[in-house]
Amino acid sequence: MKRLLVLVSLVCIGPGMAADGDAILEKHCATCHEINGPAAQSVEELWQRQGPDLFYAGSKYKREWLSNWLVKPRRIRSAGYLFFQHIKPGDKRDIVDASGLRPHPALSPAEAESVTTALMALKAKPGEIKAGDFKGGSIAIGFGEMVFDKFNGCMACHEIEPGYGGLSGPEVYTVARRLQEDYLVSFIRNPQAWNPKTPMPNKHTAEPNIQKIVQYLVALAKEDWDDTK
Amino acid sequence: MTRNSLFLLFILAAPVAWATSAEDNYKTYCWQCHGMRGDGMGLNVQDMSVQPRDHTSAKAMGGRSDADLFKVIKQGGLAIDKSVLMPPWGDTLSDDEIHALVDYLRQLCQCR
Repeated sequence: MKRLLVLVSLVCIGPGMAADGDAILEKHCATCHEINGPAAQSVEELWQRQGPDLFYAGSKYKREWLSNWLVKPRRIRSAGYLFFQHIKPGDKRDIVDASGLRPHPALSPAEAESVTTALMALKAKPGEIKAGDFKGGSIAIGFGEMVFDKFNGCMACHEIEPGYGGLSGPEVYTVARRLQEDYLVSFIRNPQAWNPKTPMPNKHTAEPNIQKIVQYLVALAKEDWDDTK
Repeated sequence: MTRNSLFLLFILAAPVAWATSAEDNYKTYCWQCHGMRGDGMGLNVQDMSVQPRDHTSAKAMGGRSDADLFKVIKQGGLAIDKSVLMPPWGDTLSDDEIHALVDYLRQLCQCR
């Protein structure tokens, strides 16, 4: 009888929690994020986006990071989702204009868990991403930085440590804590397949170098950055 | 207005309605390095090993042909033996949009 009760409560709680997550997604997240797709097909559509698309979140994010981040969100893009909406001319160069940057809402641990469950169910279409695209392996951080910066110029837009690197794109020193490695390979290989108007260019990086870049991002994420502040 | 003239109006107006202006593309993709004023002092320049080109300088831009500018936007800096920091935008922008950007650069530098 006790086992039956446990089973019944699991069956009841499980879908209930997911349903709550779906409801929060629909009611709150969808006001800033696209949860049904497709991605913006024009610059004009892109400009309407206030956060990253979530309709393939389950193929992109790491579950544990997502549930923790939703409880204690912190900024990953110094100048917001679309950098050109949050900058102003400075004395020497353009600088971040923080006046229009809004913090991401924080969820309770229970809400975060159910929203994460709902998000992880949103998968990319078959063929858009292949499990095992990232072949694993490791790289020395110094060599990885050369591949990332000197050979491919990615640091122009991305910070590789706090306060070092470009500010228009998301920080990359935590990216492998946040995103699945197979997604990283797929996105670097063809960013426009995911988001046709993304400010991330397709550099036609050779496949072995894409693997090296993701190896570098994985190594970078293991450094002791404090990403809770 | 006849049905034919309405159709003709639609065909003529459509490309104008759908194309993104060079100014909007410049803002979306070029500002981050070349700056809001086009002077090469964008948000990202602090830690760059090679400074982005000043698009408002006739001196910096005057030596480049339209063909070179088209090539560097479409294929990136390495295509004209310049910096890898200038990425290729050929998968993001159409050839027509890149031609329009070349014209826009000529307006910024006031040069040929």
